[in-house]
Amino acid sequence: MAWTIFISFAGALIAALCPKDKPAVARWFALAVAVAGLAIAVTGYAAGFGQGRQVFVDALWVPSMGIHFMLAADGISRVLVLLTGIASVSGVLFSWNVELRTNQFFAFYFALIGGVYGVFLSGDLFLLFVFYEIAIVPKYFLIAIWGSTRREYGAMKLAIYSFVGSAMVLIGLLAAYVTAGSHSTTLAALASAGLPVSFQMWCFPLVFVGFGILAGMWPFHTWAPTGHVAAPTAASMLLAGVVMKLGAYGCLRVGIGLFPHGLDPWGVSFIGIGSWRDVFAWLAVIGIVYGALVALAQTDFKFVIGYSSVSHMGFVLLGLMTLNQIGVDGAVLQMFSHGIIAGLLFAIVGRVVYDRTHTRQFAELEPMHLSRRLPFAAWAFVFAGIASMGLPGFSGFVAELQVMVGAWQANPWWTIVSGIGIIVGVAYIWRALQKAFFSDTLPTPRELEVEQAHKFAPITWPEYAGVALLGFCTLAVGLYPRILLDQIEPAVRTLLAGGTQ
Amino acid sequence: MNYVDLFRATLPETALEIAALLVIVVDLGFLRRAATSTRVAVGALLGVAGCAAAIWAVYAAGWGSLSNGSYVVLAAGGSAAVAQVAILVLTALTLLLFIDTGFTRNPGEYVAVVLMATAGGLLISAAQDLLVIFVGLELLSLGLYILTAFAKQSGKSAEAALKYYLFGGMSAAFLLFGFSYLYGLSGSTNLPRIVLGTYIASTSGAAPLLVLALVMIAVGLGFKIAAVPFHFWAPDTYEGAPAPAAAFIASVSKVASFALLISISHAILWWPSMLHLGGRLTVAVSSPGAPMPHYTPGIVTAWPLILMVLSAASMVFGNLAALAQSSVRRLLAYSAIAHAGYILLGLAFFGWTNLSAEAILYYIVTYGLTTIGAFGVVGVVERATGSDKLDSFLGLQKRNPLLAAVLLVLFLSLAGIPPLVGFWAKFNLFAAVLAVGGGPIPFALVALAIAFSAVSLYYYLQVLKRAYVMPASDESPIKAHPVTMAVLVLITAAVIVLGCFPALLQNWIASFYGM
Repeated sequence: MAWTIFISFAGALIAALCPKDKPAVARWFALAVAVAGLAIAVTGYAAGFGQGRQVFVDALWVPSMGIHFMLAADGISRVLVLLTGIASVSGVLFSWNVELRTNQFFAFYFALIGGVYGVFLSGDLFLLFVFYEIAIVPKYFLIAIWGSTRREYGAMKLAIYSFVGSAMVLIGLLAAYVTAGSHSTTLAALASAGLPVSFQMWCFPLVFVGFGILAGMWPFHTWAPTGHVAAPTAASMLLAGVVMKLGAYGCLRVGIGLFPHGLDPWGVSFIGIGSWRDVFAWLAVIGIVYGALVALAQTDFKFVIGYSSVSHMGFVLLGLMTLNQIGVDGAVLQMFSHGIIAGLLFAIVGRVVYDRTHTRQFAELEPMHLSRRLPFAAWAFVFAGIASMGLPGFSGFVAELQVMVGAWQANPWWTIVSGIGIIVGVAYIWRALQKAFFSDTLPTPRELEVEQAHKFAPITWPEYAGVALLGFCTLAVGLYPRILLDQIEPAVRTLLAGGTQ
Repeated sequence: MNYVDLFRATLPETALEIAALLVIVVDLGFLRRAATSTRVAVGALLGVAGCAAAIWAVYAAGWGSLSNGSYVVLAAGGSAAVAQVAILVLTALTLLLFIDTGFTRNPGEYVAVVLMATAGGLLISAAQDLLVIFVGLELLSLGLYILTAFAKQSGKSAEAALKYYLFGGMSAAFLLFGFSYLYGLSGSTNLPRIVLGTYIASTSGAAPLLVLALVMIAVGLGFKIAAVPFHFWAPDTYEGAPAPAAAFIASVSKVASFALLISISHAILWWPSMLHLGGRLTVAVSSPGAPMPHYTPGIVTAWPLILMVLSAASMVFGNLAALAQSSVRRLLAYSAIAHAGYILLGLAFFGWTNLSAEAILYYIVTYGLTTIGAFGVVGVVERATGSDKLDSFLGLQKRNPLLAAVLLVLFLSLAGIPPLVGFWAKFNLFAAVLAVGGGPIPFALVALAIAFSAVSLYYYLQVLKRAYVMPASDESPIKAHPVTMAVLVLITAAVIVLGCFPALLQNWIASFYGM
């Protein structure tokens, strides 16, 4: 599985050298790289059943500081690597129409993908951080060069938020490294270093918030909607699909894995909040409800999906804070599920609809009668919307149900309040569906004329293929969740048992 | 000390001086009628050969330090040797960048002045004696004033040089005044002896005078490294000086000055062992690398405190001021101030194992390398567009893709993005600070430094945004001289390779300490 990283970085380098004036070459090359990455991820995943933690590479990288170049994967990593493989293939498919500087687009794209694979496979805290930072810069350029609405603002905001988050992580990382005696930076060594509880108490929130910024944690989520809206389709798919998972994965692997005592009660409690766990769980619950309510009030189609991401990522963070088997299982499953569903939603809104209508405002989409003119888009969105609402049979249902059950076991109020978010979630998808595709008004003869004059370009094969791939994944996981849970459960069990790695 | 020893210990400096004279003789004696470009190329190549000879001399000197009876005048090996080799390599790179410039009709003099200033830099990185330090500093500084003024047709260059000279003269006066107090307090001009002497003096009630002397010295050296509040010359000089000269000031002079600061910090920290030798009083020596004990009076507490204040001020002010710049050279100047702040943090929490010295050298050497590359790119763009404003970088990725890629890598390295070398430099340095100084103060300062390096990404991205994102107003290709391009690509490759394999440079630096 280590090859996923190397292939992606090599792909980035070669894509940069592809001829500028032949976008088709770059495209097919990119698809080949992405498919190769996915193939490795799938075989690695299949080989991982029944295995615990596998170590692929372990070499001393900086001997004087005990930094290892260590790539390893347990069940959680394997699931997320699989997600990254799927997201990267579908991202390439949905950016088939990028004509501007295509070779550079895919160079930045694969630099980002390589960084993401790297984070999920790192077995060394320091290496994880290096890959985490590598992923920041390509995001900036992808959005700033190929984006749309207020792209430079959105890109800079995203870069600054990410960098501030990673600065917090770096402070925590340095502190943990020095406190543990500056011998080794592998996750296993740091977890067993016996960091003092008082140290964990202040280092945990620092690192958790640092990673949480990228996971869309309320109130540090504001980069997410603007960044998603500004990004080109493939980049917003990756942002929502895998980059936000980097944050959540960091919270789980580094925050909870290395500083488990940071979640212990403070000993004092104020209005029912007596530990960092309560604080972050309530932030997650607020994020769920707030994201859903704000999504309900948007006039821009993509902002609806952007805020829905904040809401769904709230479930991931809430699941992590339950600290029980079923809740954390649900959180990891939700990472996968949201990666697929949000990718699908962004693909439909950004590629299938926006690239044809050139608007995302509901007021302008309403008179276009898209259900008739783009039936494929409409029905694909119905499908994705149902998955996003969390109806049984789709991956979102299994994931959110597990999180809710876990939250009930930990604190019933969390479940009750976040239930509001689920109900509003149905409402905003419904509203978007109606406004964008199924409007009530009948077309006037004048509008019919315009429609005849400006037919939308037909749906292309990459779009069909991308929708089919993502749709299949959410359905497969929804109908047979064991395919992921069999790997997630043992990994979560060892992680929660404290013997982190 | 006899003249043979003296000659052997100053072999690198001698090699440079001979090369400088040779350049002048060849340029004025044989090439008077040759085209300027030929004279520039011959001068630069002779200069590079001189640097190569001096590097050989550094190794050949065999680490024999020059001592006068019982005390060392010029140290050898260790930090001094690392800094000397680095200075010579960086000088050679700036000389190669000189080949593709047309700001002067006197290339021979330019190269000669560069080599002499470099000799000054070599002296201060090894000096252990106040007099040698002062002579070396002045040799370096005078060279830098001349280099700044070298573009005679440019009013900005003259203005920058005058400002630099006036500030420099004043700071030299402060430095000398501080030195005279130190001599008065301790009765010696030798660094370790001064530390010992001032300790005794401060127990007999001369402590305020000692603090005054240290503040004076901090003014003088703070000026050399452009630490806030002694930084006023830097933006103007960086903006006005010809590009290769600015690169020289930003890299070589910084490496030399920080090497001097390392010597001073090192001398200060050796006091416990020397007190043991002197047998005057017994001190509970804590474990190596432990923070400086609180009960120690005088120099051991005052000096780090001064450095901490300078460091925090430089980090905050440098980064914030850089946000507002529209000229890339001024932006680099303010970022240099910020970087000086990070390094000062390493000096403020200096451990008397080699850990701190190695981390600081790692930082300053890689910073010097990167900044030479940055000035190389600025120089090329400036020659093509006539300005170093942010907007002259518009559409660089279209006008010269390779140059834009070089700019991308170098600026991201300056911002501290892994896996480039600038990231390892920062990490190394901050880890060393935390390993030496326990407790909330060093931790808070490191947190401040990391927070402000997040801020710094913003202004580096402002330049990269123009190169990569915004459309070009003028799309004509920018051509660069092949030698310049080769130097820039070499530096970029070094930044990437050293970033991917950070142990290479660490091991190289550490190899000087074993001897």
